[in-house]
Amino acid sequence: MDLSYGPEYNAFRAEVQAFVAANIDQQPKPGDGPRSQAVQAWQAKLIANGYHSRTIPRDYGGYGADPDIIKPRIIAEEFSAAQMNTGFSGQGISMLTPVLLELGTETQKQQFIRKTIHGELIWCQGYSEPGAGSDLASLTTKAELDGDEWVINGQKIWTSTAHISDWIFCLVRTEPEAPKHQGISFLLFDMNTPGIEVRPLVDMTGAANFNEVFFTDVRVPKDQIVGQRGQGWQVANAILGHERGSLAPPDAAMARINGVIRLMQQETISGERAIDNPIFRDRLMKLQGRVMAMQYNDMRLLSARINKNQDTKLAGMVVKLIGTELRHEIECLGIDVLGEIGLSYEDNPYLRGNGSWQYQYMYFLGLIIGGGTSQIQKNIISERGLGMPKEPKLAAPGV
Amino acid sequence: MEFGLSQEQGLLQDSIARFVKDQVSLETVRAVAADPNLDQSVWTGLSELGLAGLIIPETHGGVGLGLLDAVVVAETLGYHITPGPFLSTAIMAPTLLMAANKTDRLADIAAGRCRVGIALSEAIGARLDAGISVSGDRLNGKALFALDAMADAYLVNGPNQSLYWVDSKDSGLTRTLLTTIDKTRTICELKLDQAEAVLIADAPEVLQTGLDAGRMAQAADSLGAAQCMLDQAVVYAGQREQFNRVIASFQAVKHMCAEMASQLEPCRALVWYGGHALSEGNDNARLTVCHANAHLSEVAQFVARTSTEVHGGMGFTDLVGLHYWFKRIGANRQLLGSPELVREEAARIQMLVA
Repeated sequence: MDLSYGPEYNAFRAEVQAFVAANIDQQPKPGDGPRSQAVQAWQAKLIANGYHSRTIPRDYGGYGADPDIIKPRIIAEEFSAAQMNTGFSGQGISMLTPVLLELGTETQKQQFIRKTIHGELIWCQGYSEPGAGSDLASLTTKAELDGDEWVINGQKIWTSTAHISDWIFCLVRTEPEAPKHQGISFLLFDMNTPGIEVRPLVDMTGAANFNEVFFTDVRVPKDQIVGQRGQGWQVANAILGHERGSLAPPDAAMARINGVIRLMQQETISGERAIDNPIFRDRLMKLQGRVMAMQYNDMRLLSARINKNQDTKLAGMVVKLIGTELRHEIECLGIDVLGEIGLSYEDNPYLRGNGSWQYQYMYFLGLIIGGGTSQIQKNIISERGLGMPKEPKLAAPGV
Repeated sequence: MEFGLSQEQGLLQDSIARFVKDQVSLETVRAVAADPNLDQSVWTGLSELGLAGLIIPETHGGVGLGLLDAVVVAETLGYHITPGPFLSTAIMAPTLLMAANKTDRLADIAAGRCRVGIALSEAIGARLDAGISVSGDRLNGKALFALDAMADAYLVNGPNQSLYWVDSKDSGLTRTLLTTIDKTRTICELKLDQAEAVLIADAPEVLQTGLDAGRMAQAADSLGAAQCMLDQAVVYAGQREQFNRVIASFQAVKHMCAEMASQLEPCRALVWYGGHALSEGNDNARLTVCHANAHLSEVAQFVARTSTEVHGGMGFTDLVGLHYWFKRIGANRQLLGSPELVREEAARIQMLVA
């Protein structure tokens, strides 16, 4: 057990701290939109200094550093400690860019990566469909080749940011005769193409975090495909695994626990501070212990990426399941210590924390379901983690 | 940076596991459960492996390892529900004596010649009208739920978190075995009537240091025991057939196992870090120990219940012996402080208690 990062990294940390100190006053304001000059300039500055798109080659607009597991963590730690803006995120950056780097053509890399990481091109992900949720591979949105163009018809759902996106990366069925996992292709296309309709999907939080996207005879150039025809499932799977763990980072959960502590020290119940109520306090301590376990689990996972001999398969598989459930419970405690005040929402004058306790409580229920439901996670853990057999397949209807 | 066990710690774990698998089978556990005196032969074997002196410095005849190593061993012993006084004699007694700088008895402990019981229940959270008073070098009163009914001596807490050494042969000491659910470790009542006692420490920090080490080892013991129950559930579900298929292929059963695994796996990192933090004397060591202990009490209880359910009716019988793990986990939950008390201590450490 050696938890020090070593002298090389101490020097790097000092470098990051100096950058943070020099630039903390120049970061964008909370109201600046993604297309604003302030946000775009900030993004360019982060990339130029290696604090965003760090390992993406310079030829494609990145910083071009050698891969390193510790340095991004140090950057995250220092930015988080100073509450410094970390630049653009989103599915184009976290999911599409890694795929293009690995499987895209040189033309695609040149065309998309630089603009994507600089926030000039915002992407949405067209995977789920009304009839293809947990069983994603049964998706039916079809693309048929007509001359040099794909013609796309069908519907996607749960499409975050579709209403503000410039482009979409989309799974479509191109080989209807093939087995379901082998008939899918991964297409890229402009959201302004004729035949695309985006309808916001209002969720229980009151916000439209998702959209429905309808495709009617959408015509897309034939070469806007990543990987080969019929290989879209393999392409998508490579990045879905990447999404899951990142939905529930334990450090964010601990920051939220600390928020509950401050709340409990401020709010009173019949003149007594909530923190002085032993039942609320016990719930708080229970959650703190569980989050602490996830934080050390995270360190174990980080360490395993450096020391390849460590077996952390199971430790990685449980992060999404446990992390999202935990956040839901933490937000619930925040509401409960507020009692009736905890019901406040939107414009209520008694609102606490900008309404975030109720909002996050509901939002994380969404994440328990999204990104692979808790039940799907349990299937994965039992089958791939514990080696238990798959549920036997039912005979096809009529057979 | 390396978060994990060293190669040496892996080897230590393997060698202890091999020994207890061969020498301390479930049959041995059953024999000890029927006659607690038989645990001495188990302890002699473990002492010959060096376990009695595991954390005692080499200058006193021990192996000189740290608390993370002790955690690794405790996890292994918990996995195999190994009977005996490892927690009291090998972890808590040496930690208490070293913290008090009373080293003259360490060599006997390391050599396996002296089992030391621990009577701290009244300091942790007195439940009954027990308690010890001091007059001169004599102790009077009663200590309940002392660890190890076969010990050669006891470390007993006196007034104001003081700590005394009492020899089991002392004519002023009467010892009664208290039957509990857990037959893999023994518990007793100590009645002291003008018993001769040696003052070990009168600083509360000493007692706290011993308790921290004990709670950490106990959390590791629960981790190991729960891991074994999970492993047994997965194996059993893979063999038992109903409706013409193994029950492991039913989603209801798979999800029970996945829930056990997903709660238990992160505990491994928490327990390792707790042992490491205690060894290094990190600032957050005590908080981590409290959380590790209380959290493992909860998770292990969940696993104990769920694994039993996966085994169906057989889990409820004596035939499979699963109940020995269930009861060991149940005992760990109460001894050295129930989870609510330990969590309250976690809150106190962070100054969240008025």
